Amino acid sequence: MTASHMKSAKQCRADGDTPLVELKDICVSFGGIHAVDHVSVDLHPGEVVGLLGHNGAGKSTLIKVLSGAYQMDSGEIRINGDKAVITNPRDARTYNVETIYQTLALADNLDAASNLFLGRELTTPVGLVDDAAMEAECRKIMGGLNPNFRKFSEPVSALSGGQRQSVAIARAVYFNAKILIMDEPTAALGPQETQMVAELIQKLKAQGIGIFLIDHDVHAVMELCDRASVMKNGQLVGTVNIDEVTDDDLLSMIILGKKPGQAAA
Amino acid sequence: MTETTSQPIPSQPKRSLFQQLELDVRLLGMIGAFVILCIGFNILTDGRFLSPRNLFNLTIQTVSVAIMATGMVFVIVMRHIDLSVGGILAVSSAVMALVQTKFLPTYLGLGFDNPLTWVIAIAIGLSVGTLIGAFQGWLIGYQSVPAFIVTLGGFLIWRNYGWLFTSGQTIGPLDKNFLVLGGVSGTMGEATSWAIGIVAVAVSLWALTTSRRGRIQHGFPAKPAWAEGVVMGLVTCAILGFVWILNSYDVPTRKLERIFEAKGEVMPEGLEVGYGLPISVLILIVTAIVMTLVARRTRLGRYIFATGGNPDAAELSGINTRLLTVKVFAIMGFLCALSAVVASARLQNHTNDIGTLDELRVIAAAVIGGTALAGGAGTIYGAILGALVMQSLQSGMAMVGVDAPLQNIVVGSVLVLAVWLDIQYRKRMGAKL
Repeated sequence: MTASHMKSAKQCRADGDTPLVELKDICVSFGGIHAVDHVSVDLHPGEVVGLLGHNGAGKSTLIKVLSGAYQMDSGEIRINGDKAVITNPRDARTYNVETIYQTLALADNLDAASNLFLGRELTTPVGLVDDAAMEAECRKIMGGLNPNFRKFSEPVSALSGGQRQSVAIARAVYFNAKILIMDEPTAALGPQETQMVAELIQKLKAQGIGIFLIDHDVHAVMELCDRASVMKNGQLVGTVNIDEVTDDDLLSMIILGKKPGQAAA
Repeated sequence: MTETTSQPIPSQPKRSLFQQLELDVRLLGMIGAFVILCIGFNILTDGRFLSPRNLFNLTIQTVSVAIMATGMVFVIVMRHIDLSVGGILAVSSAVMALVQTKFLPTYLGLGFDNPLTWVIAIAIGLSVGTLIGAFQGWLIGYQSVPAFIVTLGGFLIWRNYGWLFTSGQTIGPLDKNFLVLGGVSGTMGEATSWAIGIVAVAVSLWALTTSRRGRIQHGFPAKPAWAEGVVMGLVTCAILGFVWILNSYDVPTRKLERIFEAKGEVMPEGLEVGYGLPISVLILIVTAIVMTLVARRTRLGRYIFATGGNPDAAELSGINTRLLTVKVFAIMGFLCALSAVVASARLQNHTNDIGTLDELRVIAAAVIGGTALAGGAGTIYGAILGALVMQSLQSGMAMVGVDAPLQNIVVGSVLVLAVWLDIQYRKRMGAKL
């Protein structure tokens, strides 16, 4: 992690620049249960904000409001300061919001190129799907992302966890994402692929992409993120700068729901 | 990691003949089973089963179910089912029969056998089928009523609307120009059939060559030239062989005599005229080509298969799966109406029981043809071959003189056996489905 990038995102906040994304006072409930209860978080360009919390804390639900998979009951989404209306995944894509889902969201029966371009196929002048062009693009991008990737003509069900992950990542990165949501991107990965994802996050940060990183793993968040927002029982415990807290501070936020300053109280 | 070590740089390991040819093993299996079936029946019927006459009839009888089976592939790939296809066929047929025998000639005063009649009748019939399909699709996609229930209702509803419209009467005879679409009353003749066959060969070879050139241009692995040549040879033989069979069924001499008499001419001695390609078969072929194109080369097809493979992923990728459901069922409805054209023209009348139990034949054809009920997998050519296998079984057993109950027992067993074999095959290939 280079200091200059951290500083730039930090500087943005200090200067009061308009954040890339603001989720303001978001509420989502499922049949009386407040899955997300008046939560506000924001994200600046080139910044990685970790979302931490137990299973069921509401972090995935919160972020699915931004990716269009869920609709909020109340609250406001602002992108570059303007009010954004996101009611489905297609809307999210028009705001350059890309998501890597924990489940990867791949169609197992299709090959890598078809998954990479799913919903945004390249077509020939006649309007037919241009498989050759898509496979060529797919080979190009996978070459940079995961040089060992070879199974281009097989359905993705035949791929290993890491290979499937790289297809999902390629899909999010290929289409000029400005805002990237990663839902436990390393959950299914071995050490080497986890390292690959970490490097990728640094590369994307440097390009000024804002990243929301959802993770269980406090160490991963400490290593990769600039700030962390911790949720518990649907509510925001607090948002802290990573370089001002320790692992234990984060853990006590997750477990006890207390901000570091309050610990003594 | 594991996958990097388990995946050495491909040094082109030894590949089997089938792999080099890149032929679909399951397709070959199906064709193999079909050939064995034909030869078996041929022996049991002393050569009558593979006579040009029977093959011609078999082809014509298969068309109606095969057309609908291509649509059922999409429906099943989307993890839905359609139990109402026979009903939609019946009501479309009823509407078309009424339009061409009552509405247009009498009320609109076009008279009988007006050259416009068949076009208008078909346009109305196809619209009816498409609208019914779209309506069912809307209930399934937007109102979340399970397809099984919607189409089970449709199974009871649509056929009986046809009954209401026609007061239960058989409507006929149908328009002369309309009957041409049924099969034996409308064939292309030998010369035109050969011409169509040759054009088909040319187009197929061109398509294979273009695809190969595309792969080589992009630097993708392409199969060896000899394998491409073998595939081209097989395609050519299949197309021309099919035309040859249909051409070798001669029009009966007495029928020829009548045709000449009608023109006021005398038939030359020893004249032999083959029927050639029936128009109904041509309709099926065009349907198959269009549906294959939709499945493989359009976004619509890509989305249908993606949704079948993983509905959530499709939705998250921004695909409007609800609208997609409407489209798929609308296509199914359209194809039911198209089948109604062929079926009623073949029978020369509309009857209330037209297409009865077709829903089961159509589903069986798609499933025998390798469409997985779990969704996400299926081919158009497989479904057509499945329809052909079903029809051959039924007509072969009838020719051999198998008792009616036993016929159904055999067809049912074959259906289950075919799916069982397919599952065994997929297990061995390590596929998840």
